[in-house]
Amino acid sequence: MSHNQSFVSKYLFSMDHKTIGVQYLLVGLFMSLIGGGLAFAFRMQLAFPGVDLPLLGEVTADKYNIYITMHGTIMIFFVAMPVLLAAFGNLLIPLMVGADDMAFPVLNMLSIWTFVASSIILVVSFFVPGGAFAGGWTAYPPLSANAYPEQIDFFGTMGGHLWLIAIAVEFVAFLMGGINFIVTTYNMRVKGLDWYRLPVTVWMLLIASLVFMFSVGPLIAGAFMLLFDRTIGTGFFNPAAGGDPILFQHLFWFFGHPEVYVVLLPSLGFIAEALTTFSRKPLFAYKAIVKFTIFAGLLSFVVWAHHQFIAGIDPRMAKFFSFTTIVISIPFAFIIFSMIATLFKGQISFKTPMLFALGFLTTFLIGGVTGIYLGASSFDIYAHDTYFVIAHFHYAMFPPVIFGGLVAIYYWYPKFTGRMMSEKLGIIHFIGTFIGFNGVFFPLFFLGMAGQHRRIFNFENWESLSTPGLQNIRIFATVSLMIMIVSQLPFAWNFFRSLKTGKVAGKNPWNANSLEWTVPSPPPHGNFAKIPTVYRGPYEYSNPENPDQDYWPQDVPGKGDK
Amino acid sequence: MSNEHDLGPIPREMGGMPLGRSAMWWVIASEVVIFGGLVACFLLYKWRHPEWSEMAAMTSSTLGAVNTTILLTSSFFVVMAHDYATRGDRKNVALFMGLTILCGFGFLTVKSIEYATEISHGFTMSSHLFWSFYFCLTGLHGLHVIAGMIALAWVTFAAERGQQMHRIELAGLYWHFVDLVWIFLFPLLYIAK
Repeated sequence: MSHNQSFVSKYLFSMDHKTIGVQYLLVGLFMSLIGGGLAFAFRMQLAFPGVDLPLLGEVTADKYNIYITMHGTIMIFFVAMPVLLAAFGNLLIPLMVGADDMAFPVLNMLSIWTFVASSIILVVSFFVPGGAFAGGWTAYPPLSANAYPEQIDFFGTMGGHLWLIAIAVEFVAFLMGGINFIVTTYNMRVKGLDWYRLPVTVWMLLIASLVFMFSVGPLIAGAFMLLFDRTIGTGFFNPAAGGDPILFQHLFWFFGHPEVYVVLLPSLGFIAEALTTFSRKPLFAYKAIVKFTIFAGLLSFVVWAHHQFIAGIDPRMAKFFSFTTIVISIPFAFIIFSMIATLFKGQISFKTPMLFALGFLTTFLIGGVTGIYLGASSFDIYAHDTYFVIAHFHYAMFPPVIFGGLVAIYYWYPKFTGRMMSEKLGIIHFIGTFIGFNGVFFPLFFLGMAGQHRRIFNFENWESLSTPGLQNIRIFATVSLMIMIVSQLPFAWNFFRSLKTGKVAGKNPWNANSLEWTVPSPPPHGNFAKIPTVYRGPYEYSNPENPDQDYWPQDVPGKGDK
Repeated sequence: MSNEHDLGPIPREMGGMPLGRSAMWWVIASEVVIFGGLVACFLLYKWRHPEWSEMAAMTSSTLGAVNTTILLTSSFFVVMAHDYATRGDRKNVALFMGLTILCGFGFLTVKSIEYATEISHGFTMSSHLFWSFYFCLTGLHGLHVIAGMIALAWVTFAAERGQQMHRIELAGLYWHFVDLVWIFLFPLLYIAK
């Protein structure tokens, strides 16, 4: 606890789960600056073709391809994964299960530095000759395999090799982290903390880790197969050599679709914590949520080919995947409605985390409903690769990643810094982000239905798509993006300023129940002064058996407890 | 980690299995998925290309069988080492772990001879898709053999000093997994025509 640690061993190569969590968070937030900046660049090009941007210059077709590819890669793999799963998994799991640290602190440290290495590889790839990878974030061969170098040699450059290596290395980092999460949750719960007394967040992180672990392997193999295709001329995905490019799509989406749930589930957990705490009510249907989540986790392994309805797969197979895709909306509909039911007749206080949680509920619903449209292969064949899909995708991913991530940051910031964030700035941040987000992506549904195809860098070249009506919608979306980006400034100010000047938080500023709120803020090395015993579930708010206060911490014995 | 406070008993085995062993099973589970993906790709392609049996006929079933025997023997040695570890017999642990590692070297030697022969006959990674899979699968397995040998050596050095004897079991589990992967690869790549 108070033994002397040098700066390097305390902040850099630390084995403390909290430091590692913060490191993951900071790397993730840093990468989000790059990912967001790229989005700004290509949205500017779409709204104002040929515009000259500061630092980046004119967005040429080649640069446009690089930007969209790296935007997707960075936002999914280097922002969503590290922030939601790795950062908050590390920060919360040991505290919520009552452990002094992760099961394997050295492995944990190895995980973060492997991840940092992969992030560096990815950032470096921007500066190699030929620029970063430009083959789309899904890296479909034969384009990405560079199977026809005589015709187009753009994709065989160093950037693509580095992209594949960065992705594979990153997955190894998360496998190490995931094993830690699973073993810690499984083995290191304190006395009394039965499975159904775990905070939903821990359940979600556990299921997400399992889903990740069982889906990522084939893509690690696939990434190396593609790398060999590009570098030493094997023909795994090259039709001329007997290979099959569709195989890569299967490998990619066998991981890629479960990945959506890997990102979504932790976020649902954070939101459940915020909704119960700020409505002072128990979580509606806790056990059913857990069971439905397990069901969804299993089902997520058999939905992947709905990304490939127009890739030439067997129509009978498309029918099967349409069915499973529509079925998987049931557990999530159940979870969302349980969350809404949690609010019913609650004492709601609109603190910043609550605002973002409510923002999630309203927007994610749109992502979910349009997902059912697209899951039906008959509609998807029309909408495939249009901006309708982009709009759906961002309505399904942005709320969990950004709103969910911000719920977690605002909610647990006092715990890990010991200071409160400013509510005023938080509200400004929320309003700007919420309006900006809807302003960017809602119009894209209309553009998609009008037939606007994705991955086109200048619509002036397409007569039917360059009408003033459509162009005005694009400008509207881009201006909304600017609003959203500007709205992040109060957040940045709030985040760093509150470290020094925020109100001192104390142990339990939100009057919440789970174990992390029973230790000092920030928690000391080793977390608990005495290993707690758990007597009840984490959502016992406004329990009539406990009339003195409207919350009932998990470690406080009740009348009958010893 | 030295704590100044008395924390009381820190729970480590709520799940009914020691930490290390449960982690090793998860490591193996994730490795199964990696190999599983690659093997599934190979099977799908092989099903589509019956003519690949000509290529499979070029592999040396004899050397493959020798290697299978070596690995199976090594698995026996590592079980012996584990048995001695539970009884705290450091000397015999070191002996049988040493024999296991020696088998690893034997396996790699035979594998190198095979690789050299195949490459000298023009069967390289990029000459034909069968050989791409062959070199990827056996190469990945070979890397696991090397990693396994390093892990075995690591825990043996500690065990010789009487430290962390339970790690013999963990390294042994991993070694069995590496062995088991080969049991799948041998018929798939060498025998199936």
